[in-house]
Parts: sequence; C-alpha cells; structure tokens
Amino acid sequence: MNIVVLLKQTPDTESVIRIAGDGKSIVTNDLKWIINPYDEFAVEAALRLKEKHGGTVTIVSWGPQRVVESIRTALAMGADSGVLVDDDALEGSDSLGVARVLAAAAQELAPDIILCGSRAVDYDEAQRGPMVAELLGWPHLALGVAIDSDGAKVSIDRPIEGGKVSVEADLPAVVTLGGSHAVWNPRYASLPGIMKAKKKPLATKKIADLGVDPGDCGAGAAKICITSLEMPPERAPGRIIDGGLDALGKAQELVKALHDEAKVI
Amino acid sequence: MSKCVCVIAEFRNGNFRRVSFEVVSEGRRLANSLGAALCGIAVGSGVQDKAAELGRYGVDKVYVVDDPALENYVAETYAPVIGQVVEKCNPLAVILPASVDGKDLAARLAARLRAGLAQDCTQIACENGVIKAKRPIFAGKCFAWCEWAQGALPIISCRPNVMDCSAPMEDKKAETEAFAAAIPEARSRVLGIDLDTSGKVELTEAEIIVSGGRGMKGPENYAMLEDLARLLGAAVGASRAAVDSGWRPHSDQVGQTGKVVNPNLYIAVGISGAIQHLAGMGSSKFIVAVNKDPEAPIFSKADFGIVEDLFTFVPLFKDEVEKFKSTCS
Repeated sequence: MNIVVLLKQTPDTESVIRIAGDGKSIVTNDLKWIINPYDEFAVEAALRLKEKHGGTVTIVSWGPQRVVESIRTALAMGADSGVLVDDDALEGSDSLGVARVLAAAAQELAPDIILCGSRAVDYDEAQRGPMVAELLGWPHLALGVAIDSDGAKVSIDRPIEGGKVSVEADLPAVVTLGGSHAVWNPRYASLPGIMKAKKKPLATKKIADLGVDPGDCGAGAAKICITSLEMPPERAPGRIIDGGLDALGKAQELVKALHDEAKVI
Repeated sequence: MSKCVCVIAEFRNGNFRRVSFEVVSEGRRLANSLGAALCGIAVGSGVQDKAAELGRYGVDKVYVVDDPALENYVAETYAPVIGQVVEKCNPLAVILPASVDGKDLAARLAARLRAGLAQDCTQIACENGVIKAKRPIFAGKCFAWCEWAQGALPIISCRPNVMDCSAPMEDKKAETEAFAAAIPEARSRVLGIDLDTSGKVELTEAEIIVSGGRGMKGPENYAMLEDLARLLGAAVGASRAAVDSGWRPHSDQVGQTGKVVNPNLYIAVGISGAIQHLAGMGSSKFIVAVNKDPEAPIFSKADFGIVEDLFTFVPLFKDEVEKFKSTCS
C-alpha cells in the first residue's frame, strides 16, 4: 500500500502570536516550528497502515527550507521518503492554490491513500484534504479518530455533534485525521530512526516540476486573501471573589454574580 | 430571481439543526445589505416537508433536493448536488454552518466551484457591496479579516453559537421548488451512525460548559462536574492534561488541539490555563475559574475567580445553584 501524507509545518501550539508590521501577517522570526499535530496523527496512522499492509509512506510538504526539519522528523518516525515543494511562486496562495500543488505532487507518487490532518493549528482553514480529493476526483473521509483498511477500502470513525459515524470509501481515497494526542499517541523518533532518516531520500521540487501552471497558484490565483489581522478583544479585568469569605460564602457570592451580573443562570 | 445570497441548511434526523437558523438569519442580514434575495438549499431525505420552515428566519425561496440516496451526509455526493444548485442560483455569496459536516462540505464545494472559502467565521460585514468575513486563526489567539478577489464566489461557513438567530416569524413560509439534481454514484458510504441518546450536550454548541483539568486528580472525580453540569444544562469539557492522562475522552478536549468553544459561561475547574487551552475557550462570554493556586494563568482570563480547593468548593457551589434554582421555579 502506497501512502502519501500531506504534512504542514506550523508554529508550536504554545507560541504567543504577534501581528507583524504589515498588519496582515504574524511575526515568525522567534517561533518554534513543529509538525502540525493533526498531520503528525496522519503520519502515525500511515505508519500503522504500512505495518499491516507493507508498502511505503511518503511525506509531501510545502514551504521554505525550514520545513526540511519537520519532514526529517517524520522520516525518523518511520516514513520512507519526502518531497518538499519549495517555490516562491507559492507565496500568497489560498487553500485551493496549495491544494492544486499538493494534488499534483501526490499524483506523481500514485498512492492508494492520501492522509492529512483535518486542520492545521495555525490558520485553521480545514480545507486541504477535501480540496485535494475533489481535484483528484477521489472520495474522501474526514475527521477520522480511528482508521482501518483491507487494502481495497478504507474506513474511519468520525465524531459528529452528539455522536459518531462510521464511514467507508473505496481506494484510492483521501482521509483526514482528527482526534488528539491521547487518541493517536504518535510515536517518537528513536535515535536509530533519526540516524536512518538522514539517509532517506528527500527531494525538493518546484511547481514547474509538477506540471502546475504558475497562474493556478500564488497570490495572483488566490480567490480569497487576508487583508488584516487583529488581536482578540482584551477581556475586562475580572475579579477574585474573596472579601474574606469562606468557601460557602464564595459559592453564594458566585451564584449571585452569575445571576445578577452575567445573567447566565 | 436576479441577485441572491444562498444559505445551505443542515438537515439531520428529520429536522433542521439549530445552527441552520443562525446561518439563515445571518444570510438574511447580508442579503439585505446587498439588496438581494435569500435562497435556501435544503438537501436530504424527507426534507421537502420541512423546507418551507426556513421562511420563518427570512428565506424567500428554498431549492429542495429530497432523495433517499441523500439520507446521510457524504461529501462526495452532497458537494456535486449542492454545487448544481449553487450554479443555477449564481449567487453573490454562499453561507453555511461551520458544523462538522458543514466545514467538510464547504471545502469540497469550494474546490469544485473554484471558489474562495472562509471557514468558521464569527462576523460577516458588507461595505459598499464588498463582502468581508472575520475568522479566528491560531484557535482564537488572533483574528483575520478576509476579502475575495474580483469575480470570486465567497463561501462562508459560520461558527455555531455566534451569529444572532432572528426571532422566528411564525406564520412565514418560504416558497419551495424541487430541484432535479443529478446524484452521482458514490465510492464512499456511511456504515453506521451511533448517536448519543443520553441527552449529553455537545461542547461546541453548549451555552454552559463545566471543564476539568489536572487538578481533578483522577477520572472518578469528574462525577462531581457531571452533576453540576446536569444541574446547569451544561456540557463537560476537559483540558489536554486530563485527556492525555486518559481521564476523559478526546471529544471533550478544549484547546488548540481540541475544540474551540464559545459558550455564555465557561467554568474552569482545576485548570491552570496553558496558552493552548486559553486559545480554545478565551472567547467565552463569561469565564469562572476555580483553582487553589492564586498564580494560575487562568485567572487572567476569568471574570470571576475563586481561589479555593475545588473538592471543597464545587459541592458547595452545586448546592447553592440547586437552592437558587428551587427558589426561582
């Protein structure tokens, strides 16, 4: 089974986000970069499918050279090879532009299944997987918290509001992963894994190598763009309910505050 | 109909989901500012009988695709069916719920229609006919205003619980028209649906959330929060620390790698307030923090802070809520 994982590098979830001078991007020079956690779940899911069915796991990513470190981490976890699309022409792409490039890069690898996170923890677009599937004309299953495949079909459990659905698709298909660290428990890169990862193939490509028309990605092709960023409204300073009250007194005071001031009970 | 805005209503188990009415209300407001009509798109099995209901929230006309093959949401069939209706309407914008299915559908639909998609929006604005949408990024650490390129179709999914739902006009019915859509053969299918019938409130749609963290010390102690939640009609959430420890299911996790929530009231119990948790609940209207550590970062976000041992405080608080409720009724 040939598996492609679409992986994005994102700032660490513990990062403090600051708006840059242009008012529409974030300050990136002091950020720590990680594999988008949901894509890390996808790497873990891919490695489990490979353990069951054999085959290969290829990481496909995009962005500047700093992304190489994240791809190497995935290779150290056990993936076999990587492709990085590093091209200035991608600058300013919307999700559809990125999806075109990823669909082209994945298609070259003739995968049976493409996995990726259901969303990325940076811009939370939640578009990549379904868009790649639509562009390839493949079915897709979204938000898997469990995955299984018999080699001809793939199935997932998918949480919805107030319940869970199990869904299945014929291969080839795209599957996006949800859940949490507790669900997937993604493996750590072992020391031998890290040593081996250094020798695994990692190709850097331009969009021309993928046959993508530069007019189909980048800022010029974007249907939507960010025009400004703003910080969330500052919360008015709260108050500590104290006033020398004991626990019971505080409980009574809180009930009163929630009724009189907040009007929520 | 000349110019219109389209709204996609979400239909499940024989009814429109509440978020559909929020989206329709918002669609009405946008249509008014654009001087356009509001068209509804209702897709499902048995949806024909309910479609006119959308008129109560301001839809002028509903295009209905009612077919047993559309009983369950499958992206691969819903996207082309809805795509056909959108192409017929040729709207100024398409609005739909940023529910689990809605976000998935929106992405596939946007690729199909080569449209620009803004997911999970918390505000839509319209100035001189130019549509803008605001959406949280980095799980709410920051917000982005988006605009569309000339000639691009805006697709906007709206975060549940945010857009004002208009008061229903009880006697108003929308005109309905059956739309003969071609339904493609699907290579994906629903095998089973397991709905929680315990009456548990869904986190992302809850008006009140009681959430527990590492301070709860173990899974057995969540019974206390569940009791309080039941009393308040609340959902129970958890921090990543609690979920990683295996005390609570991942579906309860609030934060940047969990659910982003915005209830009227968020009660954080034994949660210190890691930045990735604060991102997930910081837009709640009122926040109560109960923690014995007065230095816990959660207090910086809280409207009401209680520095107490949670095991002492929560039962007392529950009793007081109970007393209060009994005097009110």
